[in-house]
Amino acid sequence: MAKEISTQKELDEFLEGYHVLDQDYELIDIPTRLDHDEVVPSSSFMHDVWVRFKSNKGALIGGAIILLFIILSFVCPMLSHYSFDAVNTAEQSMAPRIPGLEWISWFNGQGGIRQYTGEFANAYHYFGTDVLGRDLWVRCWEGCRISLFVAGTAVLVNVFIGIVYGMISGYFGGIVDSIMQRFQEVVNSIPTLVILTLLLLIMKPGLYTIIVALILTEWIGMARVTRAQVLKIKEEEFILASKTLGASGFFIIFKKVLPNIFGQIIIMAMFSIPNAIFYEAFLAMVGLGVPAPQASLGSLINDGFKSILVTPYLVIIPVVILGILMLSFNLLADGLRDAFDPKMKEM
Amino acid sequence: MDKSTLRYIMRRLLISIVTLFVIVFVLFLMLKLMPGTPFNDEKLTEAQRAQIYASYGLDKPVLTQFFIYVGNMLKGDFGISFAIQRNMPVAALVGPRIGISFGLGIGAVFIGTIFGLILGIVAALNRNHFWDSFATILSVIGVSIPSFVVCLLLLILLGVQFPVLPVIYNNSAPFKSAIIPMLAMSLGVIANVARFTRSEMIEVLGSEYILLAQAKGISRRRLIWMHAIRNCLIPVITVLGPIIVGLMTGSMVIEKICAIPGLGSLLVKAIEVRDYNVILAISFLYSALYIAVMLIIDVLYGIIDPRIRLGKGDA
Amino acid sequence: MKQKERILKIRNLDIAFTTDNGTVNAVRGVNLDLHRGETIAIVGESGSGKSVTTKAVMGILAGNGKIQNGSIEYTYYDFPPERIAEVQTKYNGIIPDGYPRPEERKTVDIVKSTPKFIQSEIRGRRIAMVFQDPLTSLDPTMTIGKQVMEAMRYHYKMPKQEAWNRAVELLRLVGINDPEKRMKNYPHQLSGGMRQRVVIAIALSCDPEVLICDEPTTALDVTIQAKILELIKEIQQKKDLSVIYITHDLGVVAKVADYVNVMYAGRIVEKGTINEIFYDPRHPYTWGLLASMPDMDTSGDELYTIPGTPPNLLYEVKGDAFAPRNQFALHIDEKIAPPMFRVSDSHSAATWLLAPQAPDVQMPAELKERIERMRKAANWSPEKEVSYAAELHKGPAYDDNNTDDVETMEVNA
Repeated sequence: MAKEISTQKELDEFLEGYHVLDQDYELIDIPTRLDHDEVVPSSSFMHDVWVRFKSNKGALIGGAIILLFIILSFVCPMLSHYSFDAVNTAEQSMAPRIPGLEWISWFNGQGGIRQYTGEFANAYHYFGTDVLGRDLWVRCWEGCRISLFVAGTAVLVNVFIGIVYGMISGYFGGIVDSIMQRFQEVVNSIPTLVILTLLLLIMKPGLYTIIVALILTEWIGMARVTRAQVLKIKEEEFILASKTLGASGFFIIFKKVLPNIFGQIIIMAMFSIPNAIFYEAFLAMVGLGVPAPQASLGSLINDGFKSILVTPYLVIIPVVILGILMLSFNLLADGLRDAFDPKMKEM
Repeated sequence: MDKSTLRYIMRRLLISIVTLFVIVFVLFLMLKLMPGTPFNDEKLTEAQRAQIYASYGLDKPVLTQFFIYVGNMLKGDFGISFAIQRNMPVAALVGPRIGISFGLGIGAVFIGTIFGLILGIVAALNRNHFWDSFATILSVIGVSIPSFVVCLLLLILLGVQFPVLPVIYNNSAPFKSAIIPMLAMSLGVIANVARFTRSEMIEVLGSEYILLAQAKGISRRRLIWMHAIRNCLIPVITVLGPIIVGLMTGSMVIEKICAIPGLGSLLVKAIEVRDYNVILAISFLYSALYIAVMLIIDVLYGIIDPRIRLGKGDA
Repeated sequence: MKQKERILKIRNLDIAFTTDNGTVNAVRGVNLDLHRGETIAIVGESGSGKSVTTKAVMGILAGNGKIQNGSIEYTYYDFPPERIAEVQTKYNGIIPDGYPRPEERKTVDIVKSTPKFIQSEIRGRRIAMVFQDPLTSLDPTMTIGKQVMEAMRYHYKMPKQEAWNRAVELLRLVGINDPEKRMKNYPHQLSGGMRQRVVIAIALSCDPEVLICDEPTTALDVTIQAKILELIKEIQQKKDLSVIYITHDLGVVAKVADYVNVMYAGRIVEKGTINEIFYDPRHPYTWGLLASMPDMDTSGDELYTIPGTPPNLLYEVKGDAFAPRNQFALHIDEKIAPPMFRVSDSHSAATWLLAPQAPDVQMPAELKERIERMRKAANWSPEKEVSYAAELHKGPAYDDNNTDDVETMEVNA
């Protein structure tokens, strides 16, 4: 290519090896050629999201584990002939024993306080039993379900509160917005830890109390996102048809805001689920968990911790389940975030 | 520091004070709203109760009580313990424990930040190589798994299975006892800091000003130290806030698990026996600390980063 | 007139980027010459490879980019360390402007040089660059003064006070008021135009021979654009700089360039003096570019746009990359990529339309009319251009081509 062509001879040299006919020098018929114009298939946003999500192995594994845990947490307590609250002192603190896995020293049933002998020679407690002789396998999945229920409910309500709060704050603007913003700032400045502790002191401990406590802590992020979007839409609306804003009304704005915040809300919800699971466990650890005999992952860990030196599996198993669950939710949330907005990646 | 910076700091300070006041008010309300005081449980005569009420100042009008309460708090007087140690001033109960909790917390933040920064920077500079993958995996695990879970696992591993470290805090060997809780607490910090530093560093490395600095022909070392790291360090300050808050929460459980005589374990104990004055005192301490940390970080960020010395900062 | 010395000679440059989706051949066989004191422009759409080419010269290709083939020969006056020391003792610092540099010409191939050599000897010191976006190209956490002084301090080990003085002088040179005060400012305290002046001052700080301006005015508003261009031109004359402009804006080109290289899909498709490109364009792509340029005379009409989009360089391009968008494409365009056909000593274009066998194709009538008008206004004719080109620098553009004893071919006018 360095060589410039200035003579016929050079051109011939250049074309050596090619088979060039005279008609090659004719103009291409334009109408037929313009048909060749590539039509790039325009893919929808959700389709792109799905494609990006699918290519993220971590997120897929996380999602699969969550699904598996959800199924197990429903199915296992139903299928097992043990019940989560049946106390049986004859079966106190038995070690895990899983049929088929007895060659692994962890699951051979040896080392508990009561042994698999006599009438229990053929019993199998997959995760062992606790100090009251309750089957840990059933209790773990029961607890997993409760934890997921608590977290899921709290996050759903949070999403709702957050969106409504952000909508109102952004839509009305002015003094209402100012007050709501300051309120949000103040609430945001109180540590979650303190809010949770104090709330649970005045309310009776129980499942719904914990849910209420969790609801109070996570809505701020959602409200912020919604408000920002409302303000943006309002601006656009203003440019489009300056005076129609009053007529366009609350619900029309809401309809426009929703698709825009959908992705962010999903991502935030996904990140707050493990957070809620953590806080539930945290509350149980400080003695504000679900009351016995109900089980949650947190209360199981708290109970198991009391006998950590004698029967460590009582704490290890729920701790591992909790860890895996939280890891999976984070992986899934990471994947969703990257899929929805590749630019937000790694943030 | 120009005027707008000062104004910004003043604004933040004002919000912080208001928040603290709100918290104190809430705490006071709590005291009033509690389902009865501990004296309810005991078989006291009306006269005895009135006497106790009077001695605790609970017989005066609500507003007066509130101002007495605020005044006392400002003096560092949080009343006396009702249950944990009868009639012991809360301040005396809480005081000696502050040092232990703070020591652990500061240690974890310090260790975690340093290792997190190193890991994040090394990962960003060696993208898609070993250290990057290592940092990514460690970050996901460290961010997702609560510190008390790590603490429990470490305890079982290093305390029970291979007993090299004490399971329960030993006052005579504070350093050895602090290893497991410190490790558990700093893992989360490392993970968070590394994750943030890595992404920040990658963004900085891809920026136009790094390209321009590179085009000057300065050495790679200078490029990384003088331009890249400088710029990626500043935003890292902002994650320290949430990290410290997370640590405060996590440390409560960890102190309970490892039986560390700190604020957290005292709070847990106080919750168990419903010793309200202690609960409120520690809640107040935590809130004040949280607000102070947030304020310091905000102001520090404003001072360090020349870009937001405009006072535009949206709190 | 003495023939101007050539300082940059790029031959057959191929650059590829490895991406997740495959290899992108961003630059495909580029040839380019730069002579002392002249200004060349590289014009093309984004993604045509113009920036990549110059980044390769600076040795700052992105991590996934690699030079596959070709050479970038750079000829410079070597300045051995002993001489630096000598001058430093004599002048108590670095060489003042206009000080004759030691007469030791040296040619290196940048492609074959080590990164360390490019960094310490060439980049920033002899070849400097002005970037597109002044708002983001200054380090936000460093004062203007430090940023201007940095390169001098590093390359010439200049004492702080002296670097400071020189930086102040540079800022004054680029037209910044109150430079002493500005030295202590941070970038965000300056306006966009001011920041671009700072970027230029940084580029000039080590007294380079070559200045590469990558879209230097795109991010600025129009009134400031003209001032910045004027400034660069002024400094160029003062310091005998060679300047490479990278731009998509033919308006900028018209104001500053002596020579123009039109790039398309990683290849140079037409090159010539500024007048040849504007008054006598031969490549259909150049026609398209010119036709799409806003013009005060052609009011009322809608602006012309070239149909279609540039090819995706992830895939191998067969034949002429421009053919699918070219309304004058020949059948041969789809088979064989056209070579550069010589139009005059300084002018050549890569289109089969210039082959003797090709049909006589005229540029679109509207454009032709417009060019006629411009020619008339400038009182330009092809004959005049030959002597003008000869004035610019003697000899054919690619003097490594031996064209002495071959008969000149007639090309379609």
